[in-house]
Amino acid sequence: MPLYRLTLASENAVMVYFEQKMAAEIAGLVQQAIPLIRQALANHLVELLPSYASLLVVFNPFSCDHFTLNTLLNGALAKLHIGQATAGRRIELPVYYSEQSGPDLALIAKTKQLTINEVIQLHQQQVYRVYAIGFAPGFAYLGEVAEQLTMPRLATPRANVPRGAVAIADRQTAVYPAVSPGGWNIIGLCPTPMFQPDNEPAMPVAVGDEVQFVAISKSEFIKLGGQLDKPLLQQSGEKP
Amino acid sequence: MSYFEVINPGVLSLIQDQGRFGQGALGLTNGGPLDAGSARWANALVGNALNASLIECSIGGLQLKARCATTICVTGASLSLTINGQEKAMWHSHSIQAGATIELGMANQGLRAYLAVAGGLKITAHFGSSATVMREGIGGLYQNGAKLQPGDKLPMLASAPLPLRRLTPAQQPGFNFNHSDNRDVCSNNVRHGLSLRIVEGYQHQLFSNVARQRFYLNHYTVTPKADRMGVKLSGPAISCTSQSLLSEGICYGAVQIPPDGQPIVLLNDRQTLGGYPKIGSVLSLDCWQLAQAPAGTVLRFEQIDPQQAHNALLLAQARFQRLLAEVNIIAPNSRTGANNDNS
Repeated sequence: MPLYRLTLASENAVMVYFEQKMAAEIAGLVQQAIPLIRQALANHLVELLPSYASLLVVFNPFSCDHFTLNTLLNGALAKLHIGQATAGRRIELPVYYSEQSGPDLALIAKTKQLTINEVIQLHQQQVYRVYAIGFAPGFAYLGEVAEQLTMPRLATPRANVPRGAVAIADRQTAVYPAVSPGGWNIIGLCPTPMFQPDNEPAMPVAVGDEVQFVAISKSEFIKLGGQLDKPLLQQSGEKP
Repeated sequence: MSYFEVINPGVLSLIQDQGRFGQGALGLTNGGPLDAGSARWANALVGNALNASLIECSIGGLQLKARCATTICVTGASLSLTINGQEKAMWHSHSIQAGATIELGMANQGLRAYLAVAGGLKITAHFGSSATVMREGIGGLYQNGAKLQPGDKLPMLASAPLPLRRLTPAQQPGFNFNHSDNRDVCSNNVRHGLSLRIVEGYQHQLFSNVARQRFYLNHYTVTPKADRMGVKLSGPAISCTSQSLLSEGICYGAVQIPPDGQPIVLLNDRQTLGGYPKIGSVLSLDCWQLAQAPAGTVLRFEQIDPQQAHNALLLAQARFQRLLAEVNIIAPNSRTGANNDNS
């Protein structure tokens, strides 16, 4: 079976699809493909959007066409090798886990018949992979969350999830880079800014990096610049 | 510093250039003018580079006070343009004296108008572009995604009067998308409203032949759920055999079909990743019509293959270059500015 297939997306865009599953070996292929495609397309490339198991390749239609593009992509992707799931950097993100900073901890513990401490342990013992960045600037989709912690999204999304909220949904976890609406289950707060438009780099993580969460105390959280925004968290489940 | 002052931003006025590209790895979308063709002409008619920063005014109501002399041009949705209370032509450059008041009325056909100044607005690029994306808090006058506010000062370089240029009415695009006979949606023989060309792609194979026939043979209506992210349509529901997808990259013009079967065409400020099935993408050349179409506009989709799409792009580019070369110069080398402004 071929490692990938090419599908049209638009008059100047092509999708590179790998086997459609969330898995480290697939993410490794996406990761390998990024520099290969950049090099092969050079100035023809307008935008490259990697995700879990695909890449959207947008090209300049005035310098390239679909025939040429497919030839270039097939040439580049012939160099892919399965089993080379080279991880990126290992990034540690501190998290203040508590019922104050993680309003859904108690619900998860109750649903999963675990103690709150077990929930925290299960979340931080896993090494996650950055599978994709999107939805909002700096929003990194991390996987996979331990099976015992699998939680559906909230039936009613919160109108305001605080900046830095560490949350889980299904087998995914993420840190909200800014205040936004959101339906994931909040279990803590991370003081590390996930998106700083004026910094270089703007994000502490990139697709392909590994992330490990490390529990910190409330005082460490404050010392690292974290803010406990009580009014935001108290909206839990009350907002439509 | 030379500048225009915003007296009233109208309904929604945003700084835009051609858009922000190559920042998808951070989750940043493209932004840029919803009607790229009109924005391009606004810049071209004042002699600017096509990527110069200008104002996109949605619905209308923008009022500016000129604090320096320059040349401006307004294109896009049809509305009344007045300079110091005098009615002036759109798609036509005009000399402006310091102290002049420029006012845009409310759009009567189309939704988005573009105002360019000679030399372009001098906006600090944010991630490589001035394009304002409010949802992301990126770009714009203050690099924070804010829309224009009363009192904002839009920096520019004062410019000596330029030759005045215009597009003739025959050369301008039309903005009347709903003719009176469009209401007769019972007959398939009448050409109704807009026709949007579409290149099939993405998950198109997950749509049955029946679903695809339904998509191409029926009319859809633009709903009020339309903004810079995308336009929701209403019409016969399209079903898809797929359950859930892994989130994947969404390109400009992508037509996604959520579980309710009502298509959404994704535009400039779309989110970069999404998990709904997509049947294909509207040709970029046709997307401006959607962004200019008020709620209630009737449209249909027409399938084209990627070769036809590529030809259409090259033809449109060639046509633009030809028009640019023949564009009428109304008052060459005017020294007295407004006096020669014979619109």
